[in-house]
Amino acid sequence: MSDPNQRIVITGIGLTAPNGNSLAEYRANLLAGKSGVCKYEIRYIGETLAGVCNFDPLKYQKRKDVRRGTRAGSIAIYCANEAVQHSGLNWADVRKDRAGVFIGITEHGNVETENEIFEISKFNYDTSVWSHHHNPRTVANSPAGEVTLSLGITGPHLCIGAACAAGNAGFIQGLQMLRLGEVDLAIAGGVSESIHTFGIFAGFKSQGALATNSEPTRASRPFDLDRNGIVVAEGGGLVTLERLPDALKRGATIYGEIVGHAMNSDATDFVLPDPTRQAECMSLALKRAGIGPDAIDILSSHATATEQGDIEESLAIHKVFGDRASLAINNTKSFIGHAMGAAGALELLGNLPAFDDLIAHATINLDRPDPRCALPQIVANTPRKMDRVEYILNNSFGMLGINSAVIVKRYSGE
Amino acid sequence: MSADQIRQVIMKILCRIAPDNDLTALKDEVPFREQMELDSMDFLDIVMELRKAYRVQIPEEDYGFLSTMASTVQYLIPKLQTATA
Repeated sequence: MSDPNQRIVITGIGLTAPNGNSLAEYRANLLAGKSGVCKYEIRYIGETLAGVCNFDPLKYQKRKDVRRGTRAGSIAIYCANEAVQHSGLNWADVRKDRAGVFIGITEHGNVETENEIFEISKFNYDTSVWSHHHNPRTVANSPAGEVTLSLGITGPHLCIGAACAAGNAGFIQGLQMLRLGEVDLAIAGGVSESIHTFGIFAGFKSQGALATNSEPTRASRPFDLDRNGIVVAEGGGLVTLERLPDALKRGATIYGEIVGHAMNSDATDFVLPDPTRQAECMSLALKRAGIGPDAIDILSSHATATEQGDIEESLAIHKVFGDRASLAINNTKSFIGHAMGAAGALELLGNLPAFDDLIAHATINLDRPDPRCALPQIVANTPRKMDRVEYILNNSFGMLGINSAVIVKRYSGE
Repeated sequence: MSADQIRQVIMKILCRIAPDNDLTALKDEVPFREQMELDSMDFLDIVMELRKAYRVQIPEEDYGFLSTMASTVQYLIPKLQTATA
């Protein structure tokens, strides 16, 4: 890309995942094979499994703010503040009217609506006890709006509804707003509070797609013959994005440059994926990055441990990348479950340290690889030392046939 | 419910609504908003909590009676006469 102001770089990372509340902790646990899936109880469902985060919301919020807002808001505030701190930005000097917040979400509001219906059920469904907090908590911009309140940001804020492609969609929105000149700093990524809605568990269970396992850490098993569904997780991953010249001017540490992205739609089914469109999405991202498939070193897969999803994504990946042995394919959901709106963000961010340590983290719980997911490059159970890591491609797909791919390049000073 | 019991009920509600405030020195004759962080949504929480706990209906035109602890207690005495703490 010839115009340096169109080059967008990642300069700060804030996250909370079921196995880590900072990039360093998360990365260490991904390399150590440590899962964050545990037993979990929720109304009407009883005991199930989930990826649960244990960050301290009071690190950046007062107790009143936690009470007033939502879990997604607390996650977003934690991640945004961590990203700003990690970026080294002097926040007092940042023009707040030139900063924006762009957060991908799978869904928002189910938690609060379920809570309110449960509450009025105790009053014979008298709607006069329905909370006046329900509307501000459930508007679709709520988590991003909570971040603006926390950080005093007066530029634009949006939540991008993109099913489980939302994390990538948040990054892409931030990148586009910077390229358009709408903002000078984008806080972007994805969050999810989904484990606090029984409906998501019940829905996957009715669909035959909710994972069960007597050993929680063994429950999320993408590409494995013994998989039996999704482990729902909560979490968040937000980054600070800046134009390259701005980042260089202030001497920022650059964790990667977003050089390619794509989003498209299957237009075929509400839930079933389409490998043709998924392959087209990856190919479009490669084309925009100006590289061929052989340039990708690590492919972070979306696979959720549903039979059809894993198989179809494998077909799509194989169609684009073939059997090239130097490609490392991994899957973060095997550690943390499916973090929905945060999935794409966390899955990319957990791989970024590979630019420095040249290690592709593993896909755990892959004891009996499904031959229908014929990807010989999957990094099974043990991290893989790489000869080089220049490019990482991150897949995220979602219901209603939404596909996304983001390509990040190691920043080498050029 | 006595005036003291009503005051305790209101104090418990305020502690839930404003968990970051120290309310031990709350002055009964001074408006709540001059002593603690309390916006219009918090104020509605007081109304809602009373509605849930005691089925007390407080019409909007009476909200002015809830400005201080003393006026709130006075306003609620007849409405909570038969309620138990």
